[in-house]
Amino acid sequence: MAESTLAKKRTSWRIKLEPRLDEPPAWYPAMVSLGAVVVALILGGVMISVAGGDPFLSYAHIARASFGDIGVLSDTIVKATPIILTALACSVAFRMKLWNIGAEGQFIMGAWGASAIVLAPVLPAETSRWLFIPVMALAGIAAGAAWGFVPGYLKAKFNVNEIISSLMLNYIAISWVNYWVFAVWTEGGFQMSPKFPVGASLPRLSEYADSFPVLRGLTTHGGLLFGIAAAIILWFIVYRSRWGYEIRLIGDNPRAANYAGINIARNTILVMALSGALAGLGGMSEVAGVVRRLQTAPIAAGYGFTGIIVAWLAKLNPLVIILVSILFGALILAGREIQPSGIPKMIQGTILVCLIASDFFLRYRVRIVKGVEE
Amino acid sequence: MDPIIILQAGVASGTVLLFAALGEVLAERSGVLNLGVEGMMLIGAMSAFSVTIATGNPWIGVLVAMFVAGLLSQIHAFIVITLQADQVVSGLALTLVGAGISLVLGEGLSKAGTVSLMPNFSIPLLSQIPILGPILFTRQSVLVYIGYLLTPLAWYYINHTRPGLHLRAVGEYPAAADALGINVFRMRYMYVFVGGMLAGLGGATISLAVAPGWFSELTTGGQGWIAVGLVIFAQWDPIRAALGSYAFGALRRLILDIQAPLTLFGMDNPFYYNPYWGFFLQMLPYAFTVIVLVIGSREAIRKRLGAPAALGEPYIRGERGK
Repeated sequence: MAESTLAKKRTSWRIKLEPRLDEPPAWYPAMVSLGAVVVALILGGVMISVAGGDPFLSYAHIARASFGDIGVLSDTIVKATPIILTALACSVAFRMKLWNIGAEGQFIMGAWGASAIVLAPVLPAETSRWLFIPVMALAGIAAGAAWGFVPGYLKAKFNVNEIISSLMLNYIAISWVNYWVFAVWTEGGFQMSPKFPVGASLPRLSEYADSFPVLRGLTTHGGLLFGIAAAIILWFIVYRSRWGYEIRLIGDNPRAANYAGINIARNTILVMALSGALAGLGGMSEVAGVVRRLQTAPIAAGYGFTGIIVAWLAKLNPLVIILVSILFGALILAGREIQPSGIPKMIQGTILVCLIASDFFLRYRVRIVKGVEE
Repeated sequence: MDPIIILQAGVASGTVLLFAALGEVLAERSGVLNLGVEGMMLIGAMSAFSVTIATGNPWIGVLVAMFVAGLLSQIHAFIVITLQADQVVSGLALTLVGAGISLVLGEGLSKAGTVSLMPNFSIPLLSQIPILGPILFTRQSVLVYIGYLLTPLAWYYINHTRPGLHLRAVGEYPAAADALGINVFRMRYMYVFVGGMLAGLGGATISLAVAPGWFSELTTGGQGWIAVGLVIFAQWDPIRAALGSYAFGALRRLILDIQAPLTLFGMDNPFYYNPYWGFFLQMLPYAFTVIVLVIGSREAIRKRLGAPAALGEPYIRGERGK
C-alpha cells in the first residue's frame, strides 16, 4: 500500500495491509469462513427486518424447524442429500477452475434418466430392488454425465465458455423434463408421473420401524449412502490419485500442467462428465428416495446453485461438504415456511458474497499500526 | 404469423437483451467480468415495477431501477477490484443476492395489477419507410428508441473518444494505463456501475414495457445469462451485440407466434396440434445461445480476436509481469 508522503507529527492509528507471505495456521481459514458466515447472517438479519420480518424469530425458527427433534433432523438430512451430491459435482469441476454451474440441469437429467428406467419402462414394475436401484443409479449417472459432457466437449474443442453453455443446458433440461412429464408420462393430465413401484424406490429408515421402533416416521433414505460414498471416493480421487493430482495442477497452474504433458482438453471433458455424473446421481436419489415419481422441473429446487455455495464454503473438500450440506439442508428445510419466500435464497447469496470477500483475509494481513511514518 | 409483426415485437423484446449486453460490454472492456447480470436485471425489473406502482410515474421507476441495479453492482466491484477476489464466483453470488432481494422485496407485487407503462409512439416520417418503418419506428416503446441511440453512441465512445481509449487501455493493459496516470481502480468501479445501471434498465424494460409485471424469477428467465453469452458472441462490440439482441428478441416472439395458426406453410401446423411440442420450442433461445457461442469462439480463434486481455484479472499495483 502506498505510504503517505506527508510526515505527520502526531501519533495516529491506521490500518495497514501486508501481503501474507507465510502459510497461515491450519485453523485460520476455517475461522475466517466461520466469521464470514456470521457476518452474512447478521446482514441477512438486517435485510429481514428491512423487509418487515423479525430476524431473531426467523433464525430461531430455522434452528428449531431443522434440528429441534429427531424427526426434523431426519428431514434436514433428506434435504442435505441432494446438496451433498451437487456440491461434490461443483467441487471437482471448480478444483480444475472449470465453472460448471449446470449442476442444476445435470441433476434434472439424472432424475429423468433414472425415471426412464421405471416409466419407459426398461425394467418391469415387479423387478427386485437389488436390480432396480443399481440400474436406475447408473442411468442417472449416465444422463447427468452426458449433460456435463456437452459443455466440457465444447470447451475443449471450441473454447466455448462453460459458464454460459452449462447454464443454458439447465433451461433445456427443464423443458425436456416438462415435455416428458406432460406429454408422455403424465398421470391423468397432472404435472407428475405415476408413482414408482416399491422396487424402484430407495429404502427409508421408517421401513425398518418394525424391528427398530425408534425409526418410526423417519424419512432419511438410502441416497445419503450414495452421497457419503461419493464424497469418500472423490476425496481419494482428488487427494490421493494421479488423476486428482493432474486436476489440481491444471486448476492451480494450467501452463505448468501443459508443460508437464498433462492433456488439458481430455481432462476438461472427463472432469465435466464426472461432475455431471455426480449431479445426475443426486437427481436419481431425489426421485427414487423422496418424491418417488418424476415431476416437473422444480424437482431440482435450486440444489444446483446451493451446491456452488456449499462447495465454496467447504473449500472444495469432499468430506467437509457433507457437514456444510447438512447446514444448508437445514436452511432450505426451515426456509420453506419463512415468509417472504425469497429469504433463504437471499441468505445463501449473502453467505457466498461474504465468503468471497473473506478470502481477502487469507491473502492479506490486516494490522492496525500506531506511529509516525514518513 | 406476420413477419413484420414478429420483427417489430422482436426489436422490442430484444431491447431488453441489448441494454444488458451493452452494459456488460462496457464492464468487460474495463477488465471486469460481471456474471451478476441476471441478478441486476431482476432487481431492476422489481424496483421499476414497484416504484411505478408507488409513484404512478414509470420514468421515476426506470431511473430508480437503474440506480438500484448500479448500487448492487458495486458489491461485485468492491469484491473483485478492491478485495481482488475471483470474478466468476463473485458474479454468481451477485446473481443469487440480486434474485433473493428481488424475491423478498417483490413479494406480493405479482398481484399488484396494472401500472402505467413507458409510452409507445411512432416516429413521423421514419415510420413511413417501407418495411423498416413498421418494424423499427411504429408504436415502439420509448425505451426501444433509446436503445437505437445508445448502440452507436457506445460504439463511438469505445472506439473513437479519449475516455473510450482509456477504457480499452484499462481492460487490455492496466499497468500501462496506470503509468499514464489513468486511475485503473476508479475507472473499473465506474464501468461496473454503468454496466449495472444498464442491466437495471434492461430489467425495467421487461417490467414496464415488453412483458409488464413482476413474475418473480420468471420475469427474466435467464435473459441476463443470454446477454452475457451475446457479449462473447459480439466480440465485445456494441453493434454486433445489438444485432444479436434483436435476433434473439425476434426468435422469442417467433416461438410464441408459431404455435398459434392452424396451418403453417400450407400444412397442418404440428405445433398447434401437439401443444406439448412447445416445450421444444422453448429450448430454442438457450440452444441458440450455445450455438452462437460456438460460432463466436471459432471466429475468435480464426481471426485471432479475443477478450480484453486483462478480463477477469484483478489489477494489483506494483505487481510485475502483467
